[in-house]
Amino acid sequence: MSTADRIAALRAEGEAAIAAAAATAELEEIRVRFLGRKAELPNLLRDVGKLPPSERGPVGKGANQARQALQAAVDSRLAELEALELEDKLAADIVDVTLPGTPVTPAGHLHILTATRREIEDVFVGLGYRVVEGPEIDLAYYNFDALNHDVHHPARAESDTFYVADDVVLRTQTSPMQVRTMEQQSPPLYIIVPGRVYRPDNDATHSPQFHQVEGLAVDEDLTLGDLQGTLLAFAQAIFGDDRKVRLRPHFFPFTEPSVELDVSCFNCKQGFLRDGSRCPLCKGTAWIEILGAGMVDPNLYGFVAESGYDPERHQGFAWGMGIERIAFLKHGVPDLRMFFENDLRLLEQFG
Amino acid sequence: MKLPLFWMTDYVDPHLPPAKLAERLDLTGTEVDRVFTHGVTALEHFVVGRVLERTQHPDADRLSVCTVAFGDGDTAQIVCGAPNVDAGQTVGVARPGAVMPDGTKLKRAKLRGVESQGMILAEDEVSIGLDHDGIMVLDDALEPGTPLADVLPIATDVLELAITSNRPDCLSIYGMAREISAATGAPLAPPPWLEDLGTPGDVAGVRIEVEAPDLCPRFTARLFEDVKIGPSPAWLKARLMASGQRPINNVVDITNYVMLLTGQPLHAFDFDLVAGGRLVVRRAGQDERMTTLDDVERTLDPDVLLICDDDGPTSIAGIMGGQRSEVQPTTTRVLMEAANWDGPNLQRTSQRVNLRTEASSRFEKGLAPELSMWGQAVSTKLMIELCGARLVPGTIDVGGEGPPPKTIRLRDEKVTRLLGAEVPLGEQAELLERLDFDVVDAGDGLDVTVPAFRRNDVTREVDLIEEVARLWGLEKLPTTLPAHGASGRLTVEQKLRRRAADALVGAGFSEATGWSFQSPEIDRRLRVFEPAVKLRNPLSEDLSVMRTTLLGSLLASVRHNVARGMDDVRLFEEGTVYFDRPHSREPTAVERRSTPLPDEHMHLGALLTGRLRPASWGEPEPPTADFFAAKGVLTTLLGALRVPWSVVRGADAFLHPGRAARVLIGGQDAGWLGELHPAVAAEWDLGRVAGFELDLPTVLAHAVVTPYYEDVLSFPAIRQDLAFWLPAERTAAELVDVVRGAGGKLLRDVRVFDVYAREGQTSLAVRLEFRAGDRTLTDEEIAPQRTKIVEAVTAKLEGALRG
Repeated sequence: MSTADRIAALRAEGEAAIAAAAATAELEEIRVRFLGRKAELPNLLRDVGKLPPSERGPVGKGANQARQALQAAVDSRLAELEALELEDKLAADIVDVTLPGTPVTPAGHLHILTATRREIEDVFVGLGYRVVEGPEIDLAYYNFDALNHDVHHPARAESDTFYVADDVVLRTQTSPMQVRTMEQQSPPLYIIVPGRVYRPDNDATHSPQFHQVEGLAVDEDLTLGDLQGTLLAFAQAIFGDDRKVRLRPHFFPFTEPSVELDVSCFNCKQGFLRDGSRCPLCKGTAWIEILGAGMVDPNLYGFVAESGYDPERHQGFAWGMGIERIAFLKHGVPDLRMFFENDLRLLEQFG
Repeated sequence: MKLPLFWMTDYVDPHLPPAKLAERLDLTGTEVDRVFTHGVTALEHFVVGRVLERTQHPDADRLSVCTVAFGDGDTAQIVCGAPNVDAGQTVGVARPGAVMPDGTKLKRAKLRGVESQGMILAEDEVSIGLDHDGIMVLDDALEPGTPLADVLPIATDVLELAITSNRPDCLSIYGMAREISAATGAPLAPPPWLEDLGTPGDVAGVRIEVEAPDLCPRFTARLFEDVKIGPSPAWLKARLMASGQRPINNVVDITNYVMLLTGQPLHAFDFDLVAGGRLVVRRAGQDERMTTLDDVERTLDPDVLLICDDDGPTSIAGIMGGQRSEVQPTTTRVLMEAANWDGPNLQRTSQRVNLRTEASSRFEKGLAPELSMWGQAVSTKLMIELCGARLVPGTIDVGGEGPPPKTIRLRDEKVTRLLGAEVPLGEQAELLERLDFDVVDAGDGLDVTVPAFRRNDVTREVDLIEEVARLWGLEKLPTTLPAHGASGRLTVEQKLRRRAADALVGAGFSEATGWSFQSPEIDRRLRVFEPAVKLRNPLSEDLSVMRTTLLGSLLASVRHNVARGMDDVRLFEEGTVYFDRPHSREPTAVERRSTPLPDEHMHLGALLTGRLRPASWGEPEPPTADFFAAKGVLTTLLGALRVPWSVVRGADAFLHPGRAARVLIGGQDAGWLGELHPAVAAEWDLGRVAGFELDLPTVLAHAVVTPYYEDVLSFPAIRQDLAFWLPAERTAAELVDVVRGAGGKLLRDVRVFDVYAREGQTSLAVRLEFRAGDRTLTDEEIAPQRTKIVEAVTAKLEGALRG
C-alpha cells in the first residue's frame, strides 16, 4: 500500500469513527487515536523528511489535508455532542415551575391623596398654572379679612375655625394663598394651591383635617366662560373625556358671581344603573357636585392694589376643590377617616 | 327651609312638576336638598265617607262600631275610638291599602273581636294638625266617595331648600314665590301685605323705648283687644304642619304663619302681663342673669340685647321670649311686636348664650327693616279674622324704614366682558324687574334700583351681573379656555419632593398621611421637648397640639397595621411639622403687625419593622428591620436626590442609645436615623422599629439638580482591597476619611465591604477604586498611593494592615 493510500485509509477510518462517536469522552479518545502525538497520521507528517524528495510534496500535502479534515470533523462533532449533552443535562434539571418566585421587596404605594393631588397638579400645570404652597397656620387676615369675610362672618366662629391666637388660625381653606400670592406677584397670575386645611368637624363625611386644591387666574379679560372651559378640561382629564360639566349659581364671599360645578355622573346613565336602580353616586340626578368656583370678587383686588391689581382692569376666576372628595368620587373610598388610618390593605389598592 | 308647594301657589304657579321646578331652582341658585311628599301616600285609599250608623262596641266601652258609606252603595264597617264620632257625620276615611305618614300600610283588622275595614281619621293621623281628641268632622256638602286629597292637604309636595346666607329674603313663602317667578317667568301675585288695616300714630297705653338703636334698627308694635285664644283653622294648621311647625293656638300660629310667609319673625305679648305697659330695649348688664323660656339660667353681658318691662327682662331680643308675658289661654289683649335686630350682634349673642331659634337664625342674616311693617300688616288681618280681635288704633314704629334704596349703573359692556357672552339689554332689564329691581335705561346700560330686601346683598355692579347671569342661564355660557401665554411648571423643590417619594415607594415603602394634631402626651412618650403650637379650641385633648415630629403619627400608623396582623410594615410620610417659634420667611406687611406665625417645616420620615422582604421557601427567615436596614433606605433616598451626606453618633432620647445617629448634609444637621428605643416602641406596642426623619428643606438645598458629565467610561478603573486592624473605638467613617485624605486625586471611591471584630479590635476591609480620565492606570502607577494610605492609617488611626 502506498503512503498515499495509507493516508486515504486513515482519513476514511478517522472520519467514520468521529461520525460514530456518541459522547464527548469517546470523541476525545478518537481524537487522540488519530491526531494525538503517538498517532500514525502526525507521525507520517513528522517523517515526511525521510521520504525521497519526489514523494515529499504529495505525501506531505495529503497528510496535512487529512489531518486538517479530521480536526475539523472532531470540532464540529464536538460541538454537536456538547449541545446534545447539555440538553440531556438540562432535561434532568427540572424544577417545580409552580413554586412561588423568590420575593424581592415589593414596591410601595403613594397615598391615594398624594396620587390624586399629583394628578390634579399635572392637569393644571399642563394648562399653564404654577403650583404654590403656603403656611397651614396663617393669619385670620389672609384666611378671612382679605377674602371678604366681614368680622362677623359665621365661619370665623370657634365652632368653625381652629384658633391659635386671636389673629392666628389653622387655615380653613387654601384660599389665603390667593392674597399672599397676589401680594407678591403682579398680574397676569395663574396658580393652583394644593394643601392641608382644617375645620372642627369629625364624622364620616367631615374630617378636622382635609386637603384642597385652590385655583386662581387673574388677567385682563378672563370670563365666566373661561372658568367653565378650564373646569371642563379638568373634569375630563380626571374623570374621563366623555364628561360634561354644568355651572350652578351659588354664594361664596370671595367670588361674584359664584358657582358650583357639577360633573356628569360617570357611574350611571341619566341617573340610573343598568339594573334600573337609582345611581347611589349621583342619587339619580345624573350630576355630581365637585367644587365651588366663581369670578374673583373685585373687593379682593383692593387688598392687593399695591401689586398692580385694578378691579376695573383685571378680571379673574378662582375655584376650590377637596382632594378627598375627588378621590372618593374616583375611587369610592367610603369614609373620609379611612384616608388617615394608613391601613396598608387600603394603601396598597391605590397609588 | 321647607316650601310647601300648595301654599306657594297662592302667589305663583309655575305649572311645573315638583322635580322640574327643583331642577330649575338648582340651576338658578336655589339649592334643593330634596323633594318630598308631606303626609300620606296611596291616595286612592283616602276618601270622604258618611257615617250611616254608630253602635256601641260589644266588648269595649270606648269603641264605636260604625257603618260608613262611600257612595254608589259601597259601605264598610269601621271600629272607631273617637268620642265625637256619630251617625250622620261626614268624615275622612283611610281604607285598607292606605299608607300613613309614618309609612305603615293600613290593613283590615279585628278590634276586640269586631272587624274594622279602615279608619276614620283625626287630623294628626294625616299630619295636617296635632289634634287627636276626636275625628275630623267635614262639611256635609261633600259627596261621599270624593277623594280626600281633593278636600284636605293630606299629601302635599314640599321642596326642602338650602338657602345661602346672602339670601334671607328667600327664607319665606313670598320671597321664594318671587324667586320662582323670576326663575320660571310665571306671573307673581301682589304681596300679601299690600293691604294694611292698621293706622299710624301712638297707641294709647303702650310705651316702647329703644335705648340701643344701633342694635335695634326698628321696633314696631300693635295692640289687639278682645282676643279669643283658640285653635287655628284647619287650613292654617295644615300649612304650618307642612312647613314643619307645630300648631299651638291661633295667636302663636299667626306669628309663625306670618314669619313663614313674609320672613319677618313676630312676638306676641300678653299685654296684661307686661308690667307697667312699657317695653324697654336695652343692653344687658355685665353678668346680668336671666332665665329663658327653656328654664335655663343664662349669664349675659352688654353685647346681649334685652326686652324688659317694669319688672325686668322678658326676652332676649330676637332670640327667645320670656315666660312671664307669654300668651295664655286666658289672654285677651295682645301686643304684637315686629322688630329688626342687628344681624352680626344677634349671631354673636346666639352663640354666646348658646341658643339658636328659628327667629334668631333669620335675624342673624340681616333682615330689611321694611319687613317689620309687612309682617304687621299680614298679622293684623289674621288677628282680626281668626281671633275676633279688635285693633287698637295706632302703630308704634321706632326707627322706621331702612336707608333709601341705592341705584347702581349696570354697564352692558361689563356684563359681556365678565360673562364672555352677550345678554341683550332688554333681557337684562326684564330679568332684574322680575326680582323687583327698578330698572331705567341708561343708554350703554341700565340704572338699577335695589329693593329693600336685597339691600345687603346687592351693592355693586358685579352683584347685578350675578343676578342677570343666573337667571339668564349659565347653561348658555360659552366654554372657552383663557388665551394666556403663561407657562406652567413645578418648582425644583416640588419635583425633588416627588422624586423623594417615588424613591421610597420604589424601596418598598408606602406613603402614610398622618394627623397634624396630636395629644401633648405623644411628645412626653417620645421624650421630645420642642416648643409645640397649641390650639385654643381643640376638638379634644387628643388633638390639641400641632406635631413637631412625624414620628408620633408614623408610629400610630405602624401600630394600626401591626395590630391588624401585618407584621412587616414600611411607611413614610412627607408632611408638615410646626414649631412654636417665629418662622424665618421674609414677613409680609400684614405679618409684621400681627402675632408672629409659627415655624412650619416639611419633614420626610420613614419607619420600618418586621421582615425586609417576604419569607419564602427559598428564604424562610429573611433579614428584619434594624439600624442598617434603615440606613440602607436612607442611602437609596439620598442617592436618588444626589445629596452628599454623612452620619455621626446621635443621642436622641427616643432612640436606642447605641443605634442612634444624626444625619449631616452640607455641614448642617438634617435629622435623625436609628432604631427606636425599645421602651418607646413598647409604648406603641411595637417591637424593633427603625427609621429616620429629615428636614426636607435642608436636604433639598443640597440636591444636585443638574449633574454634569464625568468621563468614567473611556478608561477602566483599578480596584484594590485593603484590610486593616483598628482599635475598636475607631469608626468606619474615620477610616474612609483617612483613606480618602491619603489616596490622592486618582482615588475615586472608597467603600467598606467587610467587618470583623475581635477582642478590642475591628478589622475593616475597604475596596479602593482608582481612575484617571485620560489614561488607563497601572498597578505600578498607584503603588505609591497605596503605600501612603497604609502609612496614614497606621499613623492616624493606630491601624495595621491585615496580612
